[in-house]
Amino acid sequence: MRASDRRLPRALAWGAAAAIPALFVGVFFLWPVLALIATGFTSDGRLDLAGIPEVLGLERSWRVLGNTLAQASLATALSIALGIPAAFVLYKLKFRGRSFLRGLLTVPFVLPTVVVGVAFTALFGPGGSLHVLGLDRSLLVVVLALAFFNVTVVARTVGGYWSQLDSRQAQAARMLGAGPVRAFLAITLPALGPAIASAGALVFLFCATSFGVVLILGGREFANIETEIYRLTVQFLDLRSAAVLSLVQFAIVALALLASSLLRKKHERAYGMRHEERTARQGDAPVLIVFGATLIFLHVLPIAALVWRSLQGVKGTGVTFANYVALVDPPESSPLRGTVFDAIGLSLWIACLATLIAVVFGMMVVLVVSRKPRSRLLQRSISLYDSAIMLPLGISAVTLGFGLLLTMHRRLGIGFDLRTSIVLIPIAQALIALPLVVRTLLPVLRGIDTRTREAAMMLGATPARVLATIDFPLLGRTAGLALGFAFAVSLGEFGATAFLVRPDAQTLPVVIATLVGNPEPASYGAALAASVVLGVLSAGIMLGAERLRPAGISTGSW
Amino acid sequence: MTYVRNRSTARLVAISALPLAAALALTGCSNGGADEGETGAESSAVTIVVHDSFIDGEAFGAAAKAATGYDVEVMTAGDGGELTNKLVLTQGAPIADAFFGVDNTFASRIIDGDVAAPVDASILPQGALELANAVNPDGAGGDSVPLVPVDMGATCINIDTAWFAEQGVAEPETFEDLTDEQYRDLTVLLDPTASSTGASFMIATVAAFGEDGFADYWKQLDENGARIVQGWSDAYYGEFTGASDSGTRPIVLSYSSSPAFTVNEDGTASTTRALLDTCSTQVEYAGVLEGAANPEGAQAVIEYLLSSEFQQSIPDEMYMYPVDESAELPAAWAEFAPLPAEGQTHDLSSSEVQAGLQDWLRTLGDTVGL
Amino acid sequence: MSVQSGLVVSDVSVEYTNGIPVVRDASLEVVRGEVVALLGPSGCGKSTLLRAIAGLEPLATGSVSWSGEDLAGVPPHRRGFGLVFQDGQLFVHKSVAENIAYGLRVQRTPRDERQARVSELLELVGLAGYGSRSVQELSGGERQRVALARALAPKPRLLLLDEPLSALDRELRDRLADDLAVLLRSTHTTAMLVTHDEGEATTIADRVVRMRSGRLEP
Repeated sequence: MRASDRRLPRALAWGAAAAIPALFVGVFFLWPVLALIATGFTSDGRLDLAGIPEVLGLERSWRVLGNTLAQASLATALSIALGIPAAFVLYKLKFRGRSFLRGLLTVPFVLPTVVVGVAFTALFGPGGSLHVLGLDRSLLVVVLALAFFNVTVVARTVGGYWSQLDSRQAQAARMLGAGPVRAFLAITLPALGPAIASAGALVFLFCATSFGVVLILGGREFANIETEIYRLTVQFLDLRSAAVLSLVQFAIVALALLASSLLRKKHERAYGMRHEERTARQGDAPVLIVFGATLIFLHVLPIAALVWRSLQGVKGTGVTFANYVALVDPPESSPLRGTVFDAIGLSLWIACLATLIAVVFGMMVVLVVSRKPRSRLLQRSISLYDSAIMLPLGISAVTLGFGLLLTMHRRLGIGFDLRTSIVLIPIAQALIALPLVVRTLLPVLRGIDTRTREAAMMLGATPARVLATIDFPLLGRTAGLALGFAFAVSLGEFGATAFLVRPDAQTLPVVIATLVGNPEPASYGAALAASVVLGVLSAGIMLGAERLRPAGISTGSW
Repeated sequence: MTYVRNRSTARLVAISALPLAAALALTGCSNGGADEGETGAESSAVTIVVHDSFIDGEAFGAAAKAATGYDVEVMTAGDGGELTNKLVLTQGAPIADAFFGVDNTFASRIIDGDVAAPVDASILPQGALELANAVNPDGAGGDSVPLVPVDMGATCINIDTAWFAEQGVAEPETFEDLTDEQYRDLTVLLDPTASSTGASFMIATVAAFGEDGFADYWKQLDENGARIVQGWSDAYYGEFTGASDSGTRPIVLSYSSSPAFTVNEDGTASTTRALLDTCSTQVEYAGVLEGAANPEGAQAVIEYLLSSEFQQSIPDEMYMYPVDESAELPAAWAEFAPLPAEGQTHDLSSSEVQAGLQDWLRTLGDTVGL
Repeated sequence: MSVQSGLVVSDVSVEYTNGIPVVRDASLEVVRGEVVALLGPSGCGKSTLLRAIAGLEPLATGSVSWSGEDLAGVPPHRRGFGLVFQDGQLFVHKSVAENIAYGLRVQRTPRDERQARVSELLELVGLAGYGSRSVQELSGGERQRVALARALAPKPRLLLLDEPLSALDRELRDRLADDLAVLLRSTHTTAMLVTHDEGEATTIADRVVRMRSGRLEP
């Protein structure tokens, strides 16, 4: 009797922890997206699926699908190829400045796509220092830019796993006469397999749904499903065709999530105390060279080009800070409302709210998803729930933005029009940040051995006390990182924000987009300068968050 | 121990309520817009939803309040096409009272979707009635119009006259010239699927060469080395010799107003010129949304858009020409950036455009491989 | 042997979630003050039986009782049993002293008393002065000593030891087995030890019960 007394409130508490974030994602994501897709499949109040054969019969649809898969596969392969050496250097070697370098390599991932698009154009586009290579508007540049974001995802995931890996087997192989390459290929690489595969699935997902970069760098020739949905929805209001492509996107995302979750299960395991590191030696030279080249050519060069171009004035004025001055003291003709500080202030304020929502709901999700109940049904539900929370990463921002317009009119019993409220912006950003928070925190809780919790329980701790004294403190160690991720992502979020109806106030990414498209001669330079400002802000936040994490804990893989 | 559990549960509930509370707090200070019209008594609030190129909303709100007495709030909803589609999508549950920024390319979508409520035609200034009737399905002669023209412009091929003088090459003048061998690899155009300016140019070519002939023309452009880029600023500031040190091409798709921005320091000459035989007209419209909470306020704001005060500010603020013929243009505009003459432009009606646009783009995709 | 004064396990069966039985009809008794070893090859179900006694595995049939009280429906944290895992399962985010004090804090033991008890236990397991260290700095043997001290701190009515020494190397294992035997006697702890090592079982326990393929041998 006493047991059942206790079971009910406990079930209610878990139910609430699962239901509240689910409700959030359901109301602000699933409902709008499904409503928009449903509109596409309805004509005159009836179900109309004629769009499916029609769209799938178009050669263009297949080309777009082909582009999507080709870009994502190539970028994933490149990210893995460059990410593994980076993982080795950053997680297996001991050297001064390593944690700074780790933090630095996280920065590209949170850089706004607008900024990266502008940076790569500044490098490879007309007038850029590498324009002579003739790579402007080529598949290679699109793939490079996608890899720019994602090398770090591979490095983190694989590195975190690698540092826990027992290297005695590989050493044994060396003793038996295998060369370092052979020992790596025969022993270490297969052991890293699950981590590589899980990172790969996630990177594939990011690349397949990339919007800003493909739109800016790829143009129509390299359109992917995401930019095609944008074109169909925003330019033509062809909701029928867009709905069909949304379903195709759903399918790709579901497959990538499924692959990711299957592969992840294999490698999420209890954290060992083992932690092997060593200093660099001569034999590491090739790896160090690859890592250095990745850093310089893939990461530093585009950023340097961006900074350099931001210091060029209007035609023929040479090096100048005029572009930055125009941000602080905008000329009358500038489309900038107020100064750049107003935009920064608004961006920070909105990002704070988005972070709060994402981190609190993310913690709840993580607590629920990390449970390992005995019931098969519960296990399945939890795994489904985990995937559902990831969906916002994989669905077009346009579909979300237009879907919100369709559904958020004075519903939910709120006495105002949410569609035109600024509140919708942090909500949309939190939806994007939530999956990242979950993926950052989840390995920590999944990594806690069930028996550690049992040990606490055997010492008399109630389930709630176990949560409070075991789960939460361990979570807290990575919370700083999750916080940083959520904040930087919301700060740079452009897609969803751009497709909402906005009160006449500009966030920093919107400022950049507005400046880029403005005919006033000085605007383009000001856009570059604003991109640098946004990049510095995101980078600073990420480096700060990285510092919040105590040394020696190599969590936060994906 | 029970005590401990309850406290933790309470904490969990408290934490989960936090973001919601924060969101509501934020709403408290930002809530406004169309709704106050229904929740308050007789409301003085009006919301206008505009495209991205509109002027500073706060400044506009202040000026409009001074002129109309209403509290005017401005919302942005993307470029002209995106704005139009959002208005069509929210037909019946409008996101604002008034709108501005739908151009002649998209006007028929607004009309066909019953998005706009009729506005009294008597508020239109000199010269604007004709533009209004061009998109009025009921034709001329009625007392009201669905769409109110506010400003206009033209997309035209621009050339770097300094470059042509330096190279000793004759300047091009017409569409046909652009396919001439001597202008090989000199032209930058905009992708009509990605840019409304690019779409406008494509529509001009359909008007000039017909639905059956325009694709051929594009094929010739392509064979003559025309480069097609995504955005206007990429083209103008990235590729055009007239506006960028790094530019390599002296012919670019831009606006009839662009030469006003390349005037030399003493204001005596411009280094670029718009080819007025290659233009298509763009007219931007405003209107009152069907089902608006405050239709009177919406009409008052539209009247303000047509006031001489606002019309006068259009060239400097939005790079367009006012529809009010009595409004004065800035000196550089009057001198170097005239609008093409009536009849000189290559235009199609809005309904023709809406009927054909997607097919034309598809055709171009097949012929030029865009 | 008084049935009233200790642990009584009668006809206990435990099944995996897929219904395959792991422990079948196990019955045994441990009287107060007694140390019993459950000896068997790995995979015979002995650890599962131990976990069932702790309340961490649900019973398919049978009952577990202490001093005549049936423990069905009493959750693990209310049974007043202690458990030492094979690999310690120390709380990595807490110091040595905080680990040992965990159970005392849960019981709301006053601070002074708690500190005294922690020092006493550190002394007992031979780690005096280690209190403020991070558990990550400890060697394998030291970790198991801390785990033992942590389990003993709240004075459990029954201490369950699940292969407590098997993760250590031979020499250390022998030494710790001796220490453990002395320690359990000196503290008059009622204990049940699961092991696959015959020598360890006889060194530490008063009585050895053998288990094979899910069944206790008579």
